[in-house]
Amino acid sequence: METREQILAYLEEVYDPEVPVLSVVDLGIVRKVEIDGVGTHITITPTYTGCPAMNDIEDDIRSKLKEKGVDHYDIKTILSPAWTTDWISEAGKKKLQDYGIAPPEKSSPDLSLIGNHKKTIKCPRCHSTDTEMKSFFGSTACKSLYVCNNCKEPFDYFKCI
Amino acid sequence: MSNSSAANKALFDYLLWLGDNSLVLGHRLSEWCGHGPVLEEDIAMTNIALDLIGQARLYLSLAGDIEGKGRSEDELAYLRDVMFFKNTLLVEQVNGDFASTMMRQFLFTVFNYHLQNAMLTSTNEQLRSIAEKAIKETTYHLRHCSDWVIRLGDGTEESHKRLQDAVDTLWMFTGDLFETLDSDKELIAAKIVPDLKGIRDKWIATVKEVLSEATITIPEESYMMKGGRKGIHTEHLGFLLAELQFMQRAYPGAKW
Repeated sequence: METREQILAYLEEVYDPEVPVLSVVDLGIVRKVEIDGVGTHITITPTYTGCPAMNDIEDDIRSKLKEKGVDHYDIKTILSPAWTTDWISEAGKKKLQDYGIAPPEKSSPDLSLIGNHKKTIKCPRCHSTDTEMKSFFGSTACKSLYVCNNCKEPFDYFKCI
Repeated sequence: MSNSSAANKALFDYLLWLGDNSLVLGHRLSEWCGHGPVLEEDIAMTNIALDLIGQARLYLSLAGDIEGKGRSEDELAYLRDVMFFKNTLLVEQVNGDFASTMMRQFLFTVFNYHLQNAMLTSTNEQLRSIAEKAIKETTYHLRHCSDWVIRLGDGTEESHKRLQDAVDTLWMFTGDLFETLDSDKELIAAKIVPDLKGIRDKWIATVKEVLSEATITIPEESYMMKGGRKGIHTEHLGFLLAELQFMQRAYPGAKW
């Protein structure tokens, strides 16, 4: 029987299909790994309710465990506590940055409905803070679209939720 | 609750209403895919559509569990006829121009935002979990459509006129947002769902705040069309479902 650490190490090899530099552990999608007499119990949580990658992620976890010869396990999806970008590990944030996606800022979104609620986001390429939001909603549900006024490159920002 | 099967039926009906609201509006927004006025907005509307369809899945799969007849979220979405859809009339209205889509989005999202916020304290754990998840997305939706309402309303003469026309046309469907069924009373008493009277007060306050910033005039109280939760819909929903359900009707059980 594998140890919890071994299972976690296997899960480190399962990558998010839309952000292929981050593992499901980096992303904070894996909430719990428990091992008892019956087998391994893995609990995962979606980033966004409509995230089309969730089914793929679960399938990828199954394939990985099969590849590693883990037979007795179950995967449970929970909604609460709701996933937040604060759960992305520091290593994960660094990987995002290197991949060209500005990592999320700490904490929850600004809830004011009217007025200027733009945050200062650093360009992942030239690190300038002279950037501008083009759209809240970017190439996937979890990202916003920004452009850097310094290097003129557009980039994705992993938005806070 | 005294009668558990009646209570289950009440919750089932309520969940269908929530799920159908999200499903139908999500489908409407998806119709903009490839037709948005600018690329960013095309992406934004389809992103929001995706969130709404995700929320619909959560509500409808829970509805299926509560009903206990083995109906899945897919069966509820694809194999139910129009008179069994409970969605509020506002969300089934056609897209019209961009101002009209944004106004519909705004009027509904303010409602959804306050409703989901109230459900954060539901005594039903599953409903509370869904609200906790969904409210984060809905907050982004609300900011997005509020921004557009202000930009269009307080924009050019043309954009102002179009947005004012939109609210004048859509206002008659907003009364239906707050329609309740007799069976809701038990759910409210058990603090599973909030009383919509309180939601209405919050809704009108937010709508007034944003529309006044947008220099848009709220229409005077007049005839309100109602009936969504009882399955009495406007003519648009049938056409929408004909498209949404086509594949599963033509090829039942088809899988990707």
